[in-house]
Amino acid sequence: MLRQIEGSRAVAETVAACRPEVICAYPISPQTHIVEGLSQIVKAGELGTCEFLNVESEFAAMSACIGASAAGARTYTATASQGLLFMAEALYNASGLGLPIVMTVANRAIGAPINIWNDHSDAMSQRDSGWIQLYAETNQEAADLHVQAFELAEELSLPVMVCMDGFILTHAVERLEVPAPEQVAAHLPPFVPRQLLDPDDPMTIGAMVGPEAFTEVKYLMHAKQKMALDAIPRIADRFESSFGRPSGGLLRSYRCDDAATVVLALGSVLGTIEDVVDELREDGVSIGAVGLKCFRPYPLEEVRAALAGAERVVVLEKAFAVGAGGIVGQNVRLALSGLPTRVHDVVAGLGGRPITGASLRTLFLDAAADRLDRGLTFLDLDRELVERELRRAGDLARPGPHAESILRQIGAVAAGPV
Amino acid sequence: MAGREIKFFQTGSFAVGGRLLDPEQRSVQSDERRSNTLTSGHRACQGCGEALGARYTLDAAMRASGGRLIAANATGCLEVFSTPYPESSWQLPWIHSLFGNAPAVATGVAAALKAKGRDDVRVIGQGGDGGTVDIGMGCLSGMFERNDDVLFVCYDNEGYMNTGVQRSGATPPAARTATTQAVGPEPGNVFGQGKSAPLIAMAHEIPYVATATVADLRDLEAKVEHAMTLRGARYIHVLVTCPLGWGSASRDTIRIARLACETGLFPVFEAAAGDVTSVTKIRHRLPVQEYLRPQKRYAHLFEPEERTDVIARIQSRADRNIERFGLL
Repeated sequence: MLRQIEGSRAVAETVAACRPEVICAYPISPQTHIVEGLSQIVKAGELGTCEFLNVESEFAAMSACIGASAAGARTYTATASQGLLFMAEALYNASGLGLPIVMTVANRAIGAPINIWNDHSDAMSQRDSGWIQLYAETNQEAADLHVQAFELAEELSLPVMVCMDGFILTHAVERLEVPAPEQVAAHLPPFVPRQLLDPDDPMTIGAMVGPEAFTEVKYLMHAKQKMALDAIPRIADRFESSFGRPSGGLLRSYRCDDAATVVLALGSVLGTIEDVVDELREDGVSIGAVGLKCFRPYPLEEVRAALAGAERVVVLEKAFAVGAGGIVGQNVRLALSGLPTRVHDVVAGLGGRPITGASLRTLFLDAAADRLDRGLTFLDLDRELVERELRRAGDLARPGPHAESILRQIGAVAAGPV
Repeated sequence: MAGREIKFFQTGSFAVGGRLLDPEQRSVQSDERRSNTLTSGHRACQGCGEALGARYTLDAAMRASGGRLIAANATGCLEVFSTPYPESSWQLPWIHSLFGNAPAVATGVAAALKAKGRDDVRVIGQGGDGGTVDIGMGCLSGMFERNDDVLFVCYDNEGYMNTGVQRSGATPPAARTATTQAVGPEPGNVFGQGKSAPLIAMAHEIPYVATATVADLRDLEAKVEHAMTLRGARYIHVLVTCPLGWGSASRDTIRIARLACETGLFPVFEAAAGDVTSVTKIRHRLPVQEYLRPQKRYAHLFEPEERTDVIARIQSRADRNIERFGLL
């Protein structure tokens, strides 16, 4: 049944339909509505004996998830931004122990300067933490991916992050179909833990491992992630056959046939990108788009196959490696190694800056005409402002912080809940 | 054989070997059915107080739970010496996650058991003073505040011994560690305000808080057994001598712990819902020098000349404990 519903609420109801047994909650914008929704559902008794833990930090949230998952419970939490970083140590622990925890990341920028709005800096910072990372393009997909995430996590005994753009998706109210509890119950296999804290079969979990075996244990983490490259499309296909709509998978190509220019991106910005692609196609521009749905494991072969025919690829990403360049862009270059395809790194949408159709149109036309810089491009960067600030700071012995100075220069006031 | 000489093994104490008591009164350790939860073959130092404390604690908890026990362990000596891969000394389901999260991991285990209706299985969390008093304090306080059904045990050896004897929030004043060296005009650790994890636990008004030492292992067993009769958040803080970090003889582990009590430096008590309910009285009160002198971490207080000023400040801390807890 199609309903007009907020993205966060849809995710909360979908997670509830997956019947988690332990949910750990700690508030951080823009993820909060999800755990608020779950809190209400659990408190109302709709999830039976499910334990809803209000913990004291994200570090505790992930730590309690680790204990609960090791004790055999289907376990869920959600976070964003600083919260994801605060649980970073536990993220690596959960993946290293091979615990099938599912977590929503409502993607948000990382400070300083503190900023609550959307970009992908948080999830990208944890791309090598051993978690599977799925990126939702729409709220329908965000909801659907949670059903798939539990199946994937529990099949491989690996933790899965479902990334959805903060505010843009989490707070958007739109029409979608929330997977119904009875449908999910029929679809999702029961959780059978691969390792369990059980007095009837005592085992030691989390032993110290030295140089004699550490490489092998880590190799197995890598091998299991690689197995997900087969599991993810299979699970997406099975989802489609149960629920009647496509969702998830490794990547999705849009009007890429014979496209000279292909734009690759992750998350909700793909909607705008596809609109611009449609406009440019009408104008006779040979352009298409690829939406990367799964960033970890990295579907190298599939990316290569999807992009190999293009003359150039524009990788539009909402994060970057400071001092180096694009993050997704580097991964795309890896997939295209040996091919003549040019790769352009474009950073866009940092800290919630809108990525407009007009800006994308100019960008794509520049790319198609080979007017785009081979280096790192910052979409809609106010170059005059940063150069003025650099001059100002260079002339002073104690110029003070850049952030406050730039706000003063543009006369804006940062605002919003934290 | 015409008879057998009875030996009092713990000479100088008031404890007698379990074999002299009725079977009903015997300690968990003297029971041949004890679970050996932390079994032999681990890599702890000779005379390790933590290994001793953990063994008595876990065997008592195992007996009290009928062997239905899961442990969550913080990073530290106890974790390292017990699980050099692929060996494990643990005879119970045991998980080690991180240094600062053992209370939260235990909370998660308890939540999973509750969700599954497994009220027959109990949960214990454990760590050293670093994992409890310092890096784990946030998770510990959260666990207390929610009154999660976890018994958390801190084996306090007053420093980061696993990493090579650095200062922790539980290191006492004037003690020498690798990061509070015995140099300068005020050698050793600073006289701070102190950080009593048991008193912090009591401030949460949890059902049960107790302190104990490896000098009185029967008392430790009894406290663990009592804690296991209760539900909700419970905390036991055990002073465990560290021959390596304290610079004491391995054979003196029990004696040093006893001196910590007899001088008043480590008050042994129980509390329920925030109020002290019992204290272990000092039988022979001793000046703090008796405790300080056998430990090389305090050697700078006696050589080249005796630092009577510093020793007097330590004595005043002991006096304060004696008065505050009514230890005489």
